[in-house]
Amino acid sequence: MNQERLLLTGDDAVALAALHAGVALGTGYPGTPSTEILETFDRLGGRAQWAPNEKVALEVGIGSAFAGARTLVTMKHVGLNVAADALFTATYTDVDGGLLIVSADDPGMASSQNEQDNRHFARAAGAPMLEPVDSQQAYEYTWLALELGERWKIPVILRLTTRICHAKTVVRPRPLEQRHAPRDDSSRPDDAQIKRHFRRDIPARVMIPAFAKPAHHRLREKLAAISDWNDAEGPVTEHPAAPNSDPSGKPDVGSDDAPRLGIIATGVAAMHAREAAPGVRQLNIGLTYPLPLTRIRAFAAEVERLLVIEEGDPVLVDDLRAAGIAAEGKPERFRFGELDVARARRIIAGDDTTEPAPAKGKPPELCQGCSHRGVFEALRDLDCIVAGDIGCYTLGVLPPFSAMDTCVCMGASIGVGLGLRHALPDAEARRVVSVIGDSTFVHSGLTGLAEMVYNPPETGHLVLILDNETTAMTGQQEHPGTGRSLNHAPSAKMHFEAVARAMGVQNVEVVDAADKDLSLKERISALLARDETSLLVARQPCVLAAPKIRLYEKAAAEARTQASTACAAVTDE
Amino acid sequence: MITNIVIAGLGGQGVVKASDILADAALAAGFDVKKSELHGMSQRGGSVTSDVRFGDPVHSPVLSPMVPAGEAHLLLVLEPTQVEVARPLLHPEGRLLSPELIEPGALKNKKSFNVAMLGALSTALEIGEDNWQQAIQANLAEKLHAINAQAFAIGRARGPGPGPGSGRGQGAR
Repeated sequence: MNQERLLLTGDDAVALAALHAGVALGTGYPGTPSTEILETFDRLGGRAQWAPNEKVALEVGIGSAFAGARTLVTMKHVGLNVAADALFTATYTDVDGGLLIVSADDPGMASSQNEQDNRHFARAAGAPMLEPVDSQQAYEYTWLALELGERWKIPVILRLTTRICHAKTVVRPRPLEQRHAPRDDSSRPDDAQIKRHFRRDIPARVMIPAFAKPAHHRLREKLAAISDWNDAEGPVTEHPAAPNSDPSGKPDVGSDDAPRLGIIATGVAAMHAREAAPGVRQLNIGLTYPLPLTRIRAFAAEVERLLVIEEGDPVLVDDLRAAGIAAEGKPERFRFGELDVARARRIIAGDDTTEPAPAKGKPPELCQGCSHRGVFEALRDLDCIVAGDIGCYTLGVLPPFSAMDTCVCMGASIGVGLGLRHALPDAEARRVVSVIGDSTFVHSGLTGLAEMVYNPPETGHLVLILDNETTAMTGQQEHPGTGRSLNHAPSAKMHFEAVARAMGVQNVEVVDAADKDLSLKERISALLARDETSLLVARQPCVLAAPKIRLYEKAAAEARTQASTACAAVTDE
Repeated sequence: MITNIVIAGLGGQGVVKASDILADAALAAGFDVKKSELHGMSQRGGSVTSDVRFGDPVHSPVLSPMVPAGEAHLLLVLEPTQVEVARPLLHPEGRLLSPELIEPGALKNKKSFNVAMLGALSTALEIGEDNWQQAIQANLAEKLHAINAQAFAIGRARGPGPGPGSGRGQGAR
């Protein structure tokens, strides 16, 4: 038996399992709480790269899986909205290599603009979904997702939540002999590598109607077969009734109900429920789509009260009811925010009274020395109407700036700003500015810029790129505009000014946001006064990232010197 | 039983680092351990709390990774303004370790305050000093080992000693 005992976050457990399972490529876009998966995969020796956005990441993943390689694609919950176009048809196709899509949901919105429940995506797209309860299961389900995906040639979603991604729990990895060789180990043949080749299969991969119609039937057949497998041997854990199991002798909540009550739970909510009612029978479902309905029916038949404890929307309880299983859900108030042990106790007790308000802590703020501060001071003083976007700079909405008027989704600043300009009277329209970060601009700003040039408002428009040369919010990741790849090694660099000029933006200017003498306010005023399309790049490295960026640049310069010395040596011979 | 510990402070103070060290030390001491906190906004100076729970792997495995509000046996606060913010997390009979334990000027480097506070906490827990030192070294760069070992010792000298929630008598070694 393997005695290795590691204390890992769910994110790190997924990365470790991906490495052990022979994943050939990991791709994604940074987003809390998913970001660390690819960073850890890279650190452990896996091949990981940041894509411009989640849709591109999934498309690259689909290609890699078509080539027979085990592939990992990571994103936060809202990222799957961006990738949804690819997802909904990828499930019609046959993938040869396991294609694992990690969706990291954020119930409670610790660091997100909504708390959408991505279990709906599994049902809508027809993608099998696994939901671990802790890091050990995150590790095991990463393997399982790849294995199921290869058996049925179907992409599989691993749904994590904040308390799985960022909670550390004990993991015992699979023994060495079951693991695949790491990428850089040439002494052991990588079986996945050997298997990889292009296998032409037009009807399974070219989704024109003639091929997509039978493909949709095949998808439903695959899901029916996976549902049967889930009933027969899927990852379901049943905890028997054990009244008063707490060794401290404290009476268990619900222990009086123990013979009658049965709980069905998924994800971290299963842990909260176990702790809230340790004496109660509980069925934890691991493969939550398609459901093991026969097993659930059998469990339901043995209890008098069947209670579903799930975080977020009433997805599982609705599914059970649709299948004719009498199940009790939670009061509506528990749809909002994360669950915890206290809330699980309330759900079990049927307590729908007002909950105590959580303590109000100090809200986050833009760092001291942050280059965004000067920009938001200027926008505030000019009384601009600011269409904002997603990133650190969203904090410009808080006092003392209060200089943001809209924030919806990645890239929305440009489209929303244009819409405001089209609809507002001229005097107000001329005050509208779109503010977007550098990574967000690469992610979803380019098409907005095309729209500005193609359908310019009568008053023109001004887009401000707050370029701090990193994806700051999620922990300073690289992107195509930094000129460095995920592991910070040099790569091609996308130049925003050149792109904007080539796209036909009339005025393209750059300011050094660090230059205190320069009047940012005057530059913005001057551009707003012209009824033309304008892009102003306010550039200064993030204060947190700047020291690291200097190190990366130094390392790159040294590598260049060594390369040219080696070159010279070769020429000399 | 499970020992529930919450560490509270502001982003940038090393709350998460302190909880990483505590969790690793408890793991090395043979306990089952879970810890969790909310990342993301923590670097921007806002309030941060991190929950660490541990217990006997056989008799008291940890289930939920979060400490229920009002059930922390020990509350370690790194920043004076956060004492009242975090107090509702503490069990009525739990113990508060407030930042006043370590007077300003006691430490050579203010950045090791989080580790000094762990030193104070360590006197209330049944985790061996070797486990603590090992965890500190595993979580910090080598050049910081000496200064943090010193900070830990300074905190340990000011610790409250054993009491409720110390994890004693669990036989988890």
